[in-house]
Amino acid sequence: MSDMRTPLSRVRGLGSAKKGTEPFFMQRVTALANIPLTLFLVGALVVHAGSDYATMTAFLGNPFIGLLMLLLIVSAVYHMRLGLQVVIEDYVHGEAAKLLALIANQFFAFTIGVACVLAVLKLVIG
Amino acid sequence: MVEIALPANSKIDKGVVHAAEGAIANPRTLKIYRWNPDDEANPRVDTYTIDADDCGPMVLDALIKVKNEVDSTLTFRRSCREGICGSCAMNIDGQNTLACTKGLDDVKGDIAIYPLPHMPVIKDLVPDLSNLYAQYESIEPWLKTDTPTPQGEWKQSKEDREQLDGLYECILCACCSTSCPSYWWNSDKYLGPAVLLQAYRWLADSRDEKTGERLDDLEDPFRVYRCHTIMNCAKACPKGLSPAKAITEIKKMMVERTV
Repeated sequence: MSDMRTPLSRVRGLGSAKKGTEPFFMQRVTALANIPLTLFLVGALVVHAGSDYATMTAFLGNPFIGLLMLLLIVSAVYHMRLGLQVVIEDYVHGEAAKLLALIANQFFAFTIGVACVLAVLKLVIG
Repeated sequence: MVEIALPANSKIDKGVVHAAEGAIANPRTLKIYRWNPDDEANPRVDTYTIDADDCGPMVLDALIKVKNEVDSTLTFRRSCREGICGSCAMNIDGQNTLACTKGLDDVKGDIAIYPLPHMPVIKDLVPDLSNLYAQYESIEPWLKTDTPTPQGEWKQSKEDREQLDGLYECILCACCSTSCPSYWWNSDKYLGPAVLLQAYRWLADSRDEKTGERLDDLEDPFRVYRCHTIMNCAKACPKGLSPAKAITEIKKMMVERTV
């Protein structure tokens, strides 16, 4: 170590962030929600394997199906954002690079999420 | 960012072979990591063959025999030789453990001995644990109360005392923390399994009056939440404790006071 700070000073650093439990908890809540929602998606895809475009748009345009799709999108994208954030915090160590990666993760998740929501809404509302 | 070059002294050279003198009844070969800060050389792995019939049963006995009879420059920490001081923690046969409680018979073939992983090495098998000790100090591992100290002892029910079982036995040998990948990547901010088990030991103590403040200090994306339940800590612990379970209990307390 080139600096002359004590080990205790380095360990205390900037202090506790006093948060971290909410993302931890929400990652598990969304994981729980993803189980039935993903099963629904897989089931829907299996049932409609080989269906034509008109059948698919009619199916996804059904408000109840659309609701399930929207829930799946919100839950899965939220879960993805939290998961990627953990990966970035684990492995990206430069403060500047970490900040940029975390911001990019936010933009990416929001863009993907809003695009998917827009697609479903277009089918449901028309 | 990504580091392209290996840190200094990452490459391990072939070392010196100290063959046994004459015929021996029960030869065992130790392959020991050596590094001396006083020369410019890279680390090397020296080979020592000893007679296990003329040696105590544990790996520490073999290390002491080597130091006494073959190579007095071999450097390692040891004190109690009965698994209670934690000094002789090292990586034996690929597993962090105590040399004094690991039997020579527990290892098949040559016995590879390295310092605890991913710590700065001071010399040979001696790691620099300053950061871990500072982290231990940072959780303030002592009873904290506002109520005036009673005339006698602080009272605790039998059931409350039992909450400390599986925690108080920790000897702070650092086998768990240095086996944890999360601690390898982020030991500057993540407290690691050993210190978090100790933190929970004080959170679980019915006599302590600063539980909330202790949780405030721990609640941080890095200090606690780098634990991804990889479980290497529980596998490595030579005392059979589960730091992972203690960390989960901390997370449960965090969630309990939030939702």
